[in-house]
Amino acid sequence: MTYVDDFPGEARVVRTALAIAFASIGLGGALGVLQALYRTGYDRSLFSAVDYYSILTAHGVLMALVFTTFFIVGLFAWGVTRSLDTGLRDLRFTWGWLGLMTLGTVLAFVSVLGGIVGWIPTHAAVLYTFYAPLEASPTFYLGLALLIVGSWGAGVDYVLALRDWRADNPDERIPLQTFMAVATMLLWFVCTLGVAVEVVVFLLPWSLGLIPRVDPLLTRTLFWYFGHAVVYFWLLPAYFVWYTIFPKLSGGRLFSDPLARVVFVLFLVLSTPVGVHHQYGDPGLSQGLKFVQMTSTYFILLPSLLTAFTVVASMEHGARQRGGEGRFGWLRALPWEKPSFSGIALAGLAFAASGFGGMVNAGLNVNALVHNTMWVPGHFHLTVGTAVALTFMAITYWLLPQLSGKRLRLRTLAAVQPYLWFVGMVFMSNAMHRVGLAGVPRRTSEPQYEQVLFNTPIATMGELHLQTVGGALLLFVSLLCFLAVVVSTWLGDRGAEPIAVSGHIPEALSGPEHSPRILDDFRVWVALTLLLLLIAYGPPLAAMVQNGLFAPGSAPIPA
Amino acid sequence: MEIHRLEKIWIAVSLVFIVALIASIVYGVAGIGVGTIGDTGQQLDPNGLEDTRFADPGGHWVDDDHYVVNVVARQFLFQPGTQEPIMVPANTTVTFYVTSPDVVHGFDVVGTQLNAMVIPGQETKLTTEFDEPKSYGIICHEYCGAGHQSMAGQLVVVPADEIPKNASAASGNATTTNASASADVANASAQASVATPEVSA
Repeated sequence: MTYVDDFPGEARVVRTALAIAFASIGLGGALGVLQALYRTGYDRSLFSAVDYYSILTAHGVLMALVFTTFFIVGLFAWGVTRSLDTGLRDLRFTWGWLGLMTLGTVLAFVSVLGGIVGWIPTHAAVLYTFYAPLEASPTFYLGLALLIVGSWGAGVDYVLALRDWRADNPDERIPLQTFMAVATMLLWFVCTLGVAVEVVVFLLPWSLGLIPRVDPLLTRTLFWYFGHAVVYFWLLPAYFVWYTIFPKLSGGRLFSDPLARVVFVLFLVLSTPVGVHHQYGDPGLSQGLKFVQMTSTYFILLPSLLTAFTVVASMEHGARQRGGEGRFGWLRALPWEKPSFSGIALAGLAFAASGFGGMVNAGLNVNALVHNTMWVPGHFHLTVGTAVALTFMAITYWLLPQLSGKRLRLRTLAAVQPYLWFVGMVFMSNAMHRVGLAGVPRRTSEPQYEQVLFNTPIATMGELHLQTVGGALLLFVSLLCFLAVVVSTWLGDRGAEPIAVSGHIPEALSGPEHSPRILDDFRVWVALTLLLLLIAYGPPLAAMVQNGLFAPGSAPIPA
Repeated sequence: MEIHRLEKIWIAVSLVFIVALIASIVYGVAGIGVGTIGDTGQQLDPNGLEDTRFADPGGHWVDDDHYVVNVVARQFLFQPGTQEPIMVPANTTVTFYVTSPDVVHGFDVVGTQLNAMVIPGQETKLTTEFDEPKSYGIICHEYCGAGHQSMAGQLVVVPADEIPKNASAASGNATTTNASASADVANASAQASVATPEVSA
């Protein structure tokens, strides 16, 4: 029995969420190519230097907020119901939150579109960080708020399913996939609180004219309270795949279930009190505060380093089960021709590389060398743009047949797609890092200045621009391959062929029975998280609001 | 809880690595004196800069070896910096104060560690010392609106004796030294070596 036969209603929900995610990555990817062509000066005929910022906003929102969030709520809906072997409590509620998320997305996207399309009376060229006092139309903020509130509904749905299961299985350990999904959604509740307060209490009423001023430093601090934890909201679903499905795809099984739980608990606890490392260059925040949050930032390396161990160990175990031998020779025994495997393996490789870049970004003083340069988007195109996005695409090849009952089609195209993505990203991201080191700023439509000569080491600026554009085009071709496979599979006949994948996931080598039960008690971990947050964010926020919530205040300046 | 021997070693190595990273930063801050932007404790009304140090932007000596430059970053120029270069003395402690009357901007002196945000209502303080005469570009690296891509300026380091010591004049010296200094720009930028000013707050 496949998933779609066991849970037809839930499968429909997951398919819908994934379809919206894929529409966003398709659209966002096309916009990304336009940006690469514009910035590097290869083609500036299609739109103006000012329109660039609306396009950049749309690219950021579609990729970082819409694609990720929709894929994640779909993936987790599958993981929770599969691992608990129970449906969601009430699908009307499920469709309700999915509808709310969709409405919010449309509202926010149309608001951004208004910056380019004359007859839409909105503007939102504020980028996906929307720093006040640059102001977007109220519909943009409202759309983002609905997207977030809708995603809270997803979290509630998973927790309700867990509680129903708990009532029937009082003494059992929480299945690993559900444990991970719930831990991630708890992290999401905690961190989105910051951006929800920013949007609902400050920016939305301010853009409607209900309050005259907001404090730019306070609102951006609330944004960054959310802004780094959100990357773990993207990353943990990729880890969910790496821990629970990838070992099986390698031919073996997970190394250690208890350590996987420890890793997710560490992320839940540590991932929010780190946001100030995005504000090292900000005035009005003390160096002491920045130092404290730098320390927690470096400690959050630990769960990622543990994950690196598990992923490689599980791969090696799988390879040896498949007959691989030798110190490194086992690598040849892995199923590199299967895109679900190769995509995740390449995603892991990209993540290892970007981890080192992240250590540079996190350094209190070293950060000044790269802050707000092209290095930073170079970094996150490796993390969220490859480690996360390529994992999501790869697992789609494995998941979609189970969600639809249809065999994957265009399998040759699927087999080359992850490699195309990886090579394209190596070129593009490498070039972005290097022009960033030369000082080229990010978020700028035409980064050429008569006062500044950028000194690029080794390669010329022209060569690096060629790498950027060439990489971007390869990425886009890879994206088209992915979408072709998905659409073609979707249009196929159900039951015409056996789906050729099994959703069975083998037990871990070391099972949950070896780990302390307290790991499964989320109340303890949420309490600890809140305590750390109080220590990390209590004093600076208290200091900022001491002279009033809205002072020093700025009136809106339409973007 | 059972943990594999290799995994225990890996955890230990990871922890040592993390502590070493933090230690390297501590050494940079405490040992070499390279910190980042801090809190000056001073907030201001973005609409009332006329009552602050930013009323008349520009540079002035505070004593024999300390030069202060007040810069206003606004849509879409640095005052001074864009229409006239910021002139600062070499081998002298230089402190920049930067603020914004409108939106969030960036203040990045390309090729140096002077790289900070400029936020309405706050003052950004950067202290440094330039080793030798040289010309630098300044870029606004935070998106600030439709003209963002054009927001840039110039910083020119000249020998200290070329900046008149009329401490009282907060304004004026940047423009009066302009003519003589711009001749040095050509000389300064011809030098290949890169000065690496240190930021401390």
